[in-house]
Amino acid sequence: MMSGLKKRIETIGDLTLYHVEQFGRMGVFLAVCTYYFFKPPYKIYPIVRQIRFIGAGSIFVIGVTGAFTGMVLALQGYYTLTKFGSEDLLGSAVALSLIRELGPVLTALMVIGRAGSAICAEIGIMRTSEQIDALECMAINPYRYLMVPKFVAAIISLPLLVFIFDVVGIAGGYLVGVVLLGVNEGAYFQGMYDSVVWKDVELGLVKAFVFGLLIVWIAAAKGYYMHLERSPVFGAEGVSRITTNAVVLASVTILIWNYLIGAIML
Amino acid sequence: MNRLNVELAVGIFMIAGFLCFAYISIKLGDVKLFEEDTYTLQARFGSISGLKKGADIEIAGVKVGKVTDIALDGSQYEALVKLSLSSRYKLQQDSIASVRTAGVIGDKFISIAPGGSEEYLRAGDSIRDTESSVSLEELISKYIFEKE
Repeated sequence: MMSGLKKRIETIGDLTLYHVEQFGRMGVFLAVCTYYFFKPPYKIYPIVRQIRFIGAGSIFVIGVTGAFTGMVLALQGYYTLTKFGSEDLLGSAVALSLIRELGPVLTALMVIGRAGSAICAEIGIMRTSEQIDALECMAINPYRYLMVPKFVAAIISLPLLVFIFDVVGIAGGYLVGVVLLGVNEGAYFQGMYDSVVWKDVELGLVKAFVFGLLIVWIAAAKGYYMHLERSPVFGAEGVSRITTNAVVLASVTILIWNYLIGAIML
Repeated sequence: MNRLNVELAVGIFMIAGFLCFAYISIKLGDVKLFEEDTYTLQARFGSISGLKKGADIEIAGVKVGKVTDIALDGSQYEALVKLSLSSRYKLQQDSIASVRTAGVIGDKFISIAPGGSEEYLRAGDSIRDTESSVSLEELISKYIFEKE
């Protein structure tokens, strides 16, 4: 009886220590990456390649997501607003919800699915097949060589993707609201120009920067430290498990931070 | 993929991204790249209930400026409003500034009715003739109670 209780308390302690340890590990990981980000020499081309993968490669999926989000916003917004006879507010409703909330969040979720999972799997495979150890043996710093370009690329790409998402979404809203449902075109755009202020754009921008950092941080650190997981599994199964973990953790973190940034900056 | 293609793709992505950013911030976010010449006038109102900083100023329905500051004159308990107007428009000394509402539940704005004087207001001057904001509730209650 006593030994069973002792075991349970031990488990609690073990879990707590494991999570504190993991949190500290990820913090140190970010700190080291920041250090190598500021330390010369700076290499541009690896960053360009990562921007092509994280940013340019995501344009298509961001465009489709943005267009349909804008279209459904216009459709549902019209349906609700028309009950009050205020369809003229459709433009501002679509633009505000896209710029403040949906743009950053949906872009971040799509980038997690497309690039975050790939980053985590790539680094996880490098870890499990001991390529990272090999890099260290050759005196190539893995943080500088692997991580920094990914961080820089994500922090540059995310805001740009978010703004592409917003513009495509507004165009999609125009298509449904003005072309299909017959809202006044002038009212759609003028309502948008009147109601959106710089503060809204700034909120979206800050969210995009933070999300870009969070995505790469979680994906890369999870892959990098996959041998330190609670019950480490190597090989293909280990990589698949760690990638799933990273995607879930990153998505949940994004949604939590979305609320926090909204609450702080309001 | 060879280097040139990578750079081309990234270049297109960056241009598209910055174009979207420019559209959203300049067109929607009201970021002014070229600051327009403005001058500031003052006006005192008995009540400006509902008027906010940044509200539009209109002449004949055309936007000509913005409310830049709202304060209370402690000695006379009047609202002191600073109006920033585009230098392109000159106002006569006997112009009338009134607080109006756009629609029934719309935003408050300041409407200026031009006067007939030959003298024009200069920066820092006050508009003497003002009309306070009309409270719909007061009008309705007046109407109801006067009938009895």
